[in-house]
Amino acid sequence: MSNEFIKLFELILSASLINNFVFTRFLGLCIFFGVSKKMETAVGMSITFTAVMMISAAMSWVIFNFIMVPLDITFLKIIVFIGIIAGLVQASDTIMRKITPGLYYKLGIYLALISTNCIILAVPLVNAGEKYSLLESLAFAFGSGIGFALALIIMASIREKLELADVPAPFKGLPMAFIVTGLIALAFTGFSGLITL
Amino acid sequence: MSVKKEHELIVSVSPHVRSEETTSRIMWTVSLALLPAALAGIYFFGLKALFITALCIVSSVVSERFYLKIVGKKSVVGDGSAFLTGLLLGMNMPASLWSFSPFTAHVPVIASFVAIVITKQLFGGLGFNVFNPALIGRAFALISWPKAMTIWNEPAAAFLAMDAKTTATPLGILKEEGVTRLIEVFGDKINLYTHLLTGNRAGSIGETSAVAILIGGLFLLYRGYITWHIPVSFLGTAAVIAWVFGGKGALFTGDPIVHLISGGMMLGAWFMATDYVTSPSIRKGQIIFGIGCGFLTMLIRLKGGYPEGVMFAILIMNCFAPLIDRGVRSRVFGAVKQVKAKENRK
Repeated sequence: MSNEFIKLFELILSASLINNFVFTRFLGLCIFFGVSKKMETAVGMSITFTAVMMISAAMSWVIFNFIMVPLDITFLKIIVFIGIIAGLVQASDTIMRKITPGLYYKLGIYLALISTNCIILAVPLVNAGEKYSLLESLAFAFGSGIGFALALIIMASIREKLELADVPAPFKGLPMAFIVTGLIALAFTGFSGLITL
Repeated sequence: MSVKKEHELIVSVSPHVRSEETTSRIMWTVSLALLPAALAGIYFFGLKALFITALCIVSSVVSERFYLKIVGKKSVVGDGSAFLTGLLLGMNMPASLWSFSPFTAHVPVIASFVAIVITKQLFGGLGFNVFNPALIGRAFALISWPKAMTIWNEPAAAFLAMDAKTTATPLGILKEEGVTRLIEVFGDKINLYTHLLTGNRAGSIGETSAVAILIGGLFLLYRGYITWHIPVSFLGTAAVIAWVFGGKGALFTGDPIVHLISGGMMLGAWFMATDYVTSPSIRKGQIIFGIGCGFLTMLIRLKGGYPEGVMFAILIMNCFAPLIDRGVRSRVFGAVKQVKAKENRK
């Protein structure tokens, strides 16, 4: 029991910090650069993203293990997972328009773009590839969501600080965001070799 | 940040404190405080160490000068910040880089360029950089030339000697072969401590002599240029973790002293983590920052792939510094709570 618990904890830690999707595998950069300009949108996106990630990981796991494996159609997993994710994103889109219209318009196109986000597709695929159990899949999805949230929030706090800085004109905005991401990734290489799963 | 003449200053409501402090004064004082450690490094590693340090300083100053000239800004080289970055970067490089077969003398030059232009000037110059320039320069060099940056010379017997035996750093031995082997190499435990304290061991040029760094650090503390919050919480956290988890097998058997005075711990805690620009400016935030640095350093040293984690720990906490400052800032007196203010806007 305690061994299993440690495994889950390591999965969360590994997915969120050590093998952070944004800073070590450079996935999901489109949304990352899009909504990290303001702290408010970054936090809103983090919560939505983690929720969609966990639900889609759970549903993908159920469909993969109880329908696709028995029918021997696992080669269709990319298309099936994309379908699940697109449906979920559409649902969250509708829910958010009703509940928080302000945030809905601030997130704009990026909310719909969650459905084509690399991380959100990578997580069910990794879960299927590594044959994780339901709990492990959820832990991995949760860790990845937290990792993405962490990346977004760090980035938003740095970019808000940079708003006041005298950045040379050609580097204003997106170019500087790329440089900051590169430097954060450089710092995160210090974690390499920490947990090998 | 240039020094303005008195009549150009915008004066706010009194009371005022009159102070002689300027950016350049702070920079040159910190450089002075680093001098004992730099001299100790040059004493132990010989002329090569002097050449590497000088190369870093010169290329930092030249990069700054060139960049400012190209973008047409007023030159601020005289404020000493480029000199200080170069000095710190030089003290973080192994003396073995001064070698011509294989040729590795270009490493300090490129690292200085990365430190000054990419990490500092592109962010808008001194005061706006998110990361410590010297540490990014070193991390960049370590990732780009992993072999050249980890050849460690033994402290040379003769000052002028250009050839030196290579050896492992104490932390390298500790990581690969354990603490018993480390004590064996240095004779006995007392001998190990004295070697680590005086700096007579393999390592980067300026990080080896714990005593010399401590003198500089206490000088800065005495002059009020740094406060105790970051160094004490950094070293304290690292010592506790080393004591509890550092031993083999049982808890509470680790040796905190070896961890504190080896590697870049002293230099990092006193001179790198306390950088004004890249650390939180509120006291409570500084303590959180120090604890984070200590924790991450020991995590990387004990569990990670690298034998030394000070550099990465400080860089990772640099990313969090703006967030920490946001989190611990106090509410403006009399200000309406943010939630209400938002509702009013709607």
